[in-house]
Amino acid sequence: MIRYVLRRVVYMLITLFVIISVTFFISKLLPGTPFADDKLTPQTRAQLFEKYGLDEPIYVQYAKYMINVAQGDLGNSFYFESRPVTQMILERAPVSAFVGIQAVIFGLVVGMVLGIVSALRHNSWWDTLAVVIAVLGVSVPTFVLGPILQYVFGVKLGLFPIAFFESWWHSVLPSLALSVFVISTVARFVRSEMLEVLGQDYITLAKAKGLTGLAVIIRHVMRNALIPLVTVLAPLTIYLITGSLVVEQIFAVPGIGEQFVQSIFVNDYAMILGTSVFFSVFFVIALLLQDISYGIIDPRIRIAGGSATVAASAGDSRGDGGDGDGGGGGQT
Amino acid sequence: METERRDLTPDLFGSIKVDETEGERLAGPPIGFWKDSWIRLKKNRGALASLAILILLFALAFVIGPLLSQYSPYAQDMTRRYAGPSAAFWFGTDEFGRDMWTRVWAGTRVSLYIAFLAAFLDLFVGVTYGAVSGFLGGRVDNALQRMIEILVGIPSLVVAILAMVVFRPGIITISIAIGITGWVYMARIVRGRMLQLKEQEFALASRSLGASGYRLVRKHLLPNSLGPIIVNLMFTIPSAIFAEAFLSFIGLGIQVPDASLGSLISEGAGEIRFHPYLLWFPSVVFCLLMVCFNLLGDGLRDAFDPKMRK
Repeated sequence: MIRYVLRRVVYMLITLFVIISVTFFISKLLPGTPFADDKLTPQTRAQLFEKYGLDEPIYVQYAKYMINVAQGDLGNSFYFESRPVTQMILERAPVSAFVGIQAVIFGLVVGMVLGIVSALRHNSWWDTLAVVIAVLGVSVPTFVLGPILQYVFGVKLGLFPIAFFESWWHSVLPSLALSVFVISTVARFVRSEMLEVLGQDYITLAKAKGLTGLAVIIRHVMRNALIPLVTVLAPLTIYLITGSLVVEQIFAVPGIGEQFVQSIFVNDYAMILGTSVFFSVFFVIALLLQDISYGIIDPRIRIAGGSATVAASAGDSRGDGGDGDGGGGGQT
Repeated sequence: METERRDLTPDLFGSIKVDETEGERLAGPPIGFWKDSWIRLKKNRGALASLAILILLFALAFVIGPLLSQYSPYAQDMTRRYAGPSAAFWFGTDEFGRDMWTRVWAGTRVSLYIAFLAAFLDLFVGVTYGAVSGFLGGRVDNALQRMIEILVGIPSLVVAILAMVVFRPGIITISIAIGITGWVYMARIVRGRMLQLKEQEFALASRSLGASGYRLVRKHLLPNSLGPIIVNLMFTIPSAIFAEAFLSFIGLGIQVPDASLGSLISEGAGEIRFHPYLLWFPSVVFCLLMVCFNLLGDGLRDAFDPKMRK
């Protein structure tokens, strides 16, 4: 197990190294320099270059940059002059985290209830409802859902504020918009896992030896069906990142996502690259946690040496690629 | 257990007349892989309806939509700003008086182009990479897998953003971003199948008959992996469509005056209070596209891989 964890950590570091290196070279490739101002005399410019280390050979700059990033220094924003990117991200992180965590908790609870009930009442109208919600939830994107929620709950019904972030009430609609995808992913996953477990021989055995229905469901079915839920961790993380960009933009929530989208509009490259690095670190850690927890649960994964990731690219967070068949998960 | 004991005498045995042609007659026409899957898919009404709607959307986007309208999706006309849906402008007009009907179909074309691009990359790059890695095994596999493990850790959003920073935002940049990471899952699935199949007897049989590695992969191993390949393909497509729309929504994708469903939804979201139709039409088309691809994918998964049916 330790070997497996170490291996995953090494991959994580290599991946981060590649991403950070790419951001460095991109920042060098960008046209112009931060001091391409005609009013500067060559002398001042040389001084500025010296001050920021831009006169040094590229490999020295590269090494310095890598060391800085490793220490959590992502450079300074171009737009908000000389404000450190790391500080700006950390200032806004709590807001994004609050909206995101609230959405995940709500989504997990509702999704699990929906999934469990629909599996236990297989082929009932509950089941149909859960399937419809699951398909709609993965098909209707946040950027359609957000405006609709705003319109219905904010404009028409006037129940919740539709923008800004001043009280808990303001976080309801953004979290709700984010949670729909979580609900449908979790409901879909739990339902199919439950159905599979319910058909196993050991469930029949548990019933045959006289356990009550509830005991069978709690001790045998749920235990086996809910554990694989950790495989949706990485896809969910990706989803929360992309979702936060959209939701914070729509509801004017002052989080990382909103700041990031703004930095795209004003071409604040330091901010764009810095936030990209931040998102990557966030995602790679989620991936690592997922792989490790999955390795503990299903030792076959460790032996096969694969990653437990199922579906983890930006939009590709359905979380239903190859899960459910543990053996296949190891190979794919 | 009250069985009557009887002595077995030879006269109890006789030969039954067997019509030699009987066996041949009973066996129905041979059902191949495709036919078998098609029969299963046909039973899934949701998937069939999705297929029909997709074909319709396809026709609307490329042929019928533009033909039915004399307006260009790009022509601005300030005299007809924000015209609601009417007989002249079926989906109304936007802020600059551009016809939404043709703009929506232009956006759908972008989505469908992305769908094809993602499918193409999955089939060529992903399948080839996976097949080479899984079939050759050993050191090659090791090296190729290490690369995959690194690529998997890179969120494609970050790739898209970095591509946008280097190149200009637009359809080519999105294509590049999808090209860098989009095929990784397919490669993993195909590799898994290769590892599994190449040890089986039919592969050995083909080998001993003198088939080359290339022939073995092309004629035996890949056809036997078709189910998982098609299933994975059907899930790559909606996520690629989503990725493009998402990037366009946050302003990283298709730039004005070009239209994408994502950018149209973004514009519509800003006008929701007074001109909600600007949001509804592109949203409905986009959601329809996503629902249909997802339902068709579910249906195909059940049809090609009955074991995975849940």
